[in-house]
Amino acid sequence: MAHWEHFEHQADIGLRGFGATLADAFGQIALALTAVLTDPEGVRPVRSVDIRRSAPDVESLLVDWLNALIYEMATRRMLFSRFDVRLENGDLQAVAWGEIIQPERHRPAVEVKAATYHELAVERHPDGGWMVQCVVDV
Amino acid sequence: MNLSRLIRISDVEWRLEPSGPMRVPGVLFADETLLAEMDDKVAEQVANVAALPGIVQASYAMPDAHWGYGFPIGGVAAFDADQDGVVSCGGVGFDISCGVRTLLTGLAREEVDRVRERLADALFHKVPAGVGSTGSIRLNEQRMREMLTGGARWAVAQGFGTEEDLSRIESRGAAEGARPEDVSDRARKRQEEEMGTLGSGNHYLEVQVIKEVYDPAAAAAFGLRQGEVVVSIHCGSRGLGHQVATDYSKRMLEAAGRHGLHLPDRELACAPIRSPEGQAYLGAMRAAINCALANRQILGHLVRQAFRSVFGETEMPLLYDVSHNTCREERHEGEGSSRTLFVHRKGATGALGPGHPDLPDDLRAAGQPVLVGGTMGTASWILVGTREGAGRAFASACHGAGRQMSRTQATKRWQGREVVDDLARRGILIRCRSMRGVAEEAPGAYKDVSRVVEVTQAAGLARKVARLAPLICVKG
Repeated sequence: MAHWEHFEHQADIGLRGFGATLADAFGQIALALTAVLTDPEGVRPVRSVDIRRSAPDVESLLVDWLNALIYEMATRRMLFSRFDVRLENGDLQAVAWGEIIQPERHRPAVEVKAATYHELAVERHPDGGWMVQCVVDV
Repeated sequence: MNLSRLIRISDVEWRLEPSGPMRVPGVLFADETLLAEMDDKVAEQVANVAALPGIVQASYAMPDAHWGYGFPIGGVAAFDADQDGVVSCGGVGFDISCGVRTLLTGLAREEVDRVRERLADALFHKVPAGVGSTGSIRLNEQRMREMLTGGARWAVAQGFGTEEDLSRIESRGAAEGARPEDVSDRARKRQEEEMGTLGSGNHYLEVQVIKEVYDPAAAAAFGLRQGEVVVSIHCGSRGLGHQVATDYSKRMLEAAGRHGLHLPDRELACAPIRSPEGQAYLGAMRAAINCALANRQILGHLVRQAFRSVFGETEMPLLYDVSHNTCREERHEGEGSSRTLFVHRKGATGALGPGHPDLPDDLRAAGQPVLVGGTMGTASWILVGTREGAGRAFASACHGAGRQMSRTQATKRWQGREVVDDLARRGILIRCRSMRGVAEEAPGAYKDVSRVVEVTQAAGLARKVARLAPLICVKG
């Protein structure tokens, strides 16, 4: 059931992550973030970065999580393709795996400026699975 | 857009009467065709902005308005600190001080045509563009502080461009009141390797020919001659500005309850101008404006170097540099007196009319050049501010074409290679790092910028001076 998708937004790009648990859905939406730049399949998980965040509510935590990844991507010039996410009492502890951008191989299309609060959603479906969504500014 | 809620004032001006929590009316500058293409959410966002504390006169949407975050893109709104007015990072946008700068070359189109491939390669080689590209300038803590305070003035002092450039940049090259201490370490870190880079997405560097002149007097004052070539750069405050917006969206949201602000949309994140959060944001945002001005000054220098490597010693004076994502403290007439207002322009440019004291001496008679970006395949425009514009929307005008199709749709519809080949057949050379990036920016994904410009003129916001057509486009 774990998967991700992009959805239409006039000026920017909408991201969705689906998973059996909320943490899985957070991992999937992170893949959707990478896919804004390049095909995640082409990103080798050879280096890891630890990310910790806490927020008063789960929607804010989702924005913080994506903004943390955007920051690490920008400052380390990395792309990420594997995510181990743990969520507990409003705290997020994650390890993101990826590699340094190689423009010739990854052909990154567009950089992401920020995750926004626009169309932000965290939903639990009747089957127990989770869906998280966010629009990013590119 | 459903027009039933709007009152038609003229063919190009529509009014949304105050209702519910709205403190002032909404005003949309558009004709029926542009309104038909506009999402209903634009009117909803105009109404939400009209409900914010301390807003004066009206909540405006420019002819290129589209659905943004919190505020519409193409939104203009002014707030009075004396009426408990707010400042909003949602009203400025994530790319603080994104803008356009245009340099004159004095070269005829034929001179450029002869060396087009070489010039395109020289520009592509010289100007770092695209995701992950880095500049050659590294700033330590002290130089970062100087840059954030000095803007383009700092860049000139470092040898990028000339003193003459500064009079052709808004606020003479640097926003006053910048507070580098309110810019986070994370924002600084994001800028470490990004000084003098173009970025990606809709940012570009374009060599353009002046196709047609509409206002000979203003064109003469601006140094624009039909058949000559200019260069335009569209770019913003890079990682630092994006991070400032991210940091303060969060901080303003956390403080909203404390300030008694009930926001229908989290992207309306704002704080009273006279609050610690409001003041800190203003200080950090002005520092980000200076980062954008310094960045475009450096890029202008790199463009001049590339031209000189092809044409030898050439003068390339700066026509003007305008920002279209800002909040500025300005004096405006209204309700019988002159007052200081905090004017938010998100996807809208300033457009000062003739005689305005903030214009440089040699442009005061003509008015401010308003630089309107187009797409890779269509046209860009140079307009001029009008006297009547001051009374309409705080001397503001449109900023560009605006998307009509999402990136996802665009990549389904076009292949990057097709777009590049099609443009080549029409005599437009593209240099880019990513073909998918080109597909996402295909000209067909944007609205018709010429219609936006016609309505801008008909509404009295600015007047047409010249239309530019692309010859070479370097995409990020």
